[in-house]
Amino acid sequence: MNNEKIIQVKSLTKKYRDFKAVDDISFEVRKGQIFGFLGPNGAGKSTTIKMLTTLLHPNGGEIMIDGKNPVSQPDAVRKAFGIVFQDPSLDDELTAWENMEFHGVLYSIPKPLRRQRIEHMLKIVELWERKDELVKRFSGGMKRRLEIARGLLHHPKVLFLDEPTLGLDPQTRNNIWNHIIDLNKEEDITVFFTTHYMEEAEKVADYICIIDLGKIIAKGSPGELKSKAKARSLEDAFIKLTGKNIREEEAKPIDKLRMRRRVFGGRR
Amino acid sequence: MRTVYILWLRQIKRYFRSKSRIIGSLGQPLLFLVALGFGFGPIYAKAGGGDYIQFLTPGIIAMSTLFTSTFMGIELIWDKEFGFLKETLVAPVSRLKIMMGRTLGGATVAVLQGLIVLLISLPIGFSPNWVALPLAILFLIMIAVIFTAFGTAIATKMEDMHGFQLIVNFLLMPLFFLSGAIFPINGAPAAIKAIVLINPLTYGVRGLRAALTGTVDISSLGNLGIMVGIALLFVAIGSYLFSKVEI
Ligand SMILES: Nc1ncnc2c1ncn2[C@@H]1O[C@H](COP(=O)(O)OP(=O)(O)OP(=O)(O)O)[C@@H](O)[C@H]1O
Ligand SMILES: [Mg+2]
Repeated sequence: MNNEKIIQVKSLTKKYRDFKAVDDISFEVRKGQIFGFLGPNGAGKSTTIKMLTTLLHPNGGEIMIDGKNPVSQPDAVRKAFGIVFQDPSLDDELTAWENMEFHGVLYSIPKPLRRQRIEHMLKIVELWERKDELVKRFSGGMKRRLEIARGLLHHPKVLFLDEPTLGLDPQTRNNIWNHIIDLNKEEDITVFFTTHYMEEAEKVADYICIIDLGKIIAKGSPGELKSKAKARSLEDAFIKLTGKNIREEEAKPIDKLRMRRRVFGGRR
Repeated sequence: MRTVYILWLRQIKRYFRSKSRIIGSLGQPLLFLVALGFGFGPIYAKAGGGDYIQFLTPGIIAMSTLFTSTFMGIELIWDKEFGFLKETLVAPVSRLKIMMGRTLGGATVAVLQGLIVLLISLPIGFSPNWVALPLAILFLIMIAVIFTAFGTAIATKMEDMHGFQLIVNFLLMPLFFLSGAIFPINGAPAAIKAIVLINPLTYGVRGLRAALTGTVDISSLGNLGIMVGIALLFVAIGSYLFSKVEI
């Protein structure tokens, strides 16, 4: 593994009105690393990812992704990463293939190459046979696999995964991680992920940052974190470092909306 | 260009895949045509206005395009809610192109909806001047572009659908009634006339009516010019607001 820093974050801060969701955090990610960004609910993980991926403007601090600044050079940064969001982001009214095609065109991948890669990626995530089905007929796991395939279509240098395995069965989780680890090895893609499954993080991460209440409270390899906290597993270490309290959060309007959708059933 | 095209295509596909939406949104114009057309027809004729269906139909076609295009804003709220908007916002594509693709897609759908109403009106007794149909379509396109941009601009500021629906209905009804779509405005009081004159839809209805049932002359070009100007303004405002969307 080389020493080149592909993500550099210095004193990054994000406020929602008076509330500091991300409070002066700094960290670095090396090229080719599998970097775990862990923390309790509401710690600020997704907010950080949104700033790294040009969706939110920071209130302070500096970010470099592959040597470019998301605030001043958003399009250059956008070309360099792929992302799987915490919440679904597929168009349910389109087929799997159309979702991929849409992505490929937005990232200006030339047609022959695009067709070839879409086929390749859909085969990897085992959705090629169902490419012409509408996404709304897919199960949660199939949608997640499709999102991962889509995030990789343009061969990004960095892949952001915000709870990629949320709500998936162990088989699918394993399967997805195996693909990601292969890609990381073969194509030297840097992986920046969050998860609440500590065994998962312990198994795959080269390096971990733990964030709590908007601040980074620990950094290191899984082994280092365990010995620092004198814990047997990463899960123990995590609980020792972040405490036993359950985080209370106010639901954002968009969350309320999503909740309503879940309650009344997601189909239109 | 290809990105604008794929965004446009997505909108078209979504429209043709929800047949219930196509059919559902034909109910209102059909009701207006039949109820108003046959209800007021005799009075209108007695008052010396002539054939009311001939007068009314261009207004109802405009209405159908007006409502369909403004309600395209809901697509943006869907995309926020179902998360697809994030996919377009992290792509290395200018916000202007995204807005253009969405607006053109929504506008195409709204024009199609207006043309379907034109077809439906034929058996009811409407007989348009087919020669000027291209000009009529041009006016429909302008109405569609203006109000898709308008609906999308409102949607950038809204987080839920119910709010959007309330606001849009609140704005659209007066726009529609005070555009000369269903009654001639010559005899209206000055205050009403003033509102009619600042209503962009007025010029669309005038142009459409002249093309379909009246005489096309220099004032048609004037109306078209006004519509093009307003369209550019609304698309610019919509694009600006869209570029500020954060999620
Ligand atoms: N748009 C917003 N407006 C106001 N507050 C927000 C907004 N988005 C997030 N927050 C708040 O910021 C804090 C951090 O949220 P964030 O989504 O980054 O947490 P997270 O670490 O991803 O949590 P989780 O593990 O639950 O996904 C939370 O307290 C949340 O309520
Ligand atoms: Mg999160």
